[in-house]
Amino acid sequence: MSTDFTQDHFALFNLPRRFAIDTALLDSAWRTAAAEVHPDRFVTAQDAEKRVALMRATRVNEAYQTLKSPVARARYLLQLAGVDTAEETNTSMPAAFLMAQMEWREAIADARAAANVDQLEALSRQLRGDVKELETELGSALDEQADHAAAALAVRKLRFLEKLDQEIGDAIEALLY
Amino acid sequence: MAYSDKVMDHYENPRNVGAFEKGDDSVGTGMVGAPACGDVMKLQIKVSEDGVIEDAKFKTYGCGSAIASSSLITEWVKGKSLDEALAIKNTDIAEELALPPVKIHCSILAEDAIKAAVADYKQKHGK
Repeated sequence: MSTDFTQDHFALFNLPRRFAIDTALLDSAWRTAAAEVHPDRFVTAQDAEKRVALMRATRVNEAYQTLKSPVARARYLLQLAGVDTAEETNTSMPAAFLMAQMEWREAIADARAAANVDQLEALSRQLRGDVKELETELGSALDEQADHAAAALAVRKLRFLEKLDQEIGDAIEALLY
Repeated sequence: MAYSDKVMDHYENPRNVGAFEKGDDSVGTGMVGAPACGDVMKLQIKVSEDGVIEDAKFKTYGCGSAIASSSLITEWVKGKSLDEALAIKNTDIAEELALPPVKIHCSILAEDAIKAAVADYKQKHGK
């Protein structure tokens, strides 16, 4: 592996720069790269060399974490294209989407108040389906249509779904443990 | 992270929670969401014939700061004209509630919600 710190995460692992990714290839490329720069291999090296190895190890892990997560990977692809996903600043989501979010939160709160774990698990399954659907949309926006605005919107939507997932998880945990 | 006393007060005793009839001509509804934290906020204003906000309601799913920001802004807009309501800045809310920097986006959400509610009201009235 080269120590070229300017190459992008995809080039680092020798993968095509696209959203659809072969996760098995990513995992094996990461394991190879991580082994090459592992600090254990540099115990007897000079301090300068150790520092570079540590920087490379950090870089390899950061790249892996970014590419492994669909949301982070999409955000990174958009960043490479010069597009900001505006997750911190864009609050104007489509009204129907926000309405659906309100309904989701109410359904989770109701199921939690009724101590209905089965219902929460049903919501969790439904949510996983919605996430899959959005990720498919995201893939086609990025890889096929190069529609950056649609992709950025899908990333923002997925952030809300992550929150729902967390809320369902918290509710189940509170009821079971 | 510790919430300020004012945030706790609004969080424990939120003002103006609820909803107006969406179809009512005198009602403007604003819905916004913050992707970074998944918060959703619905804010409604009831406007008198002479253009004064008589009442406001909100429903927010989010953290204490988001609930406090929406509760506070519903109190502030009452008795104001639409233009005065639009002049409320998120920094005013953040300052009043002593929000830490990581919670500033909650006050931005409240400002965007009131702007969206006013825009909805104006659109209903062809302004």
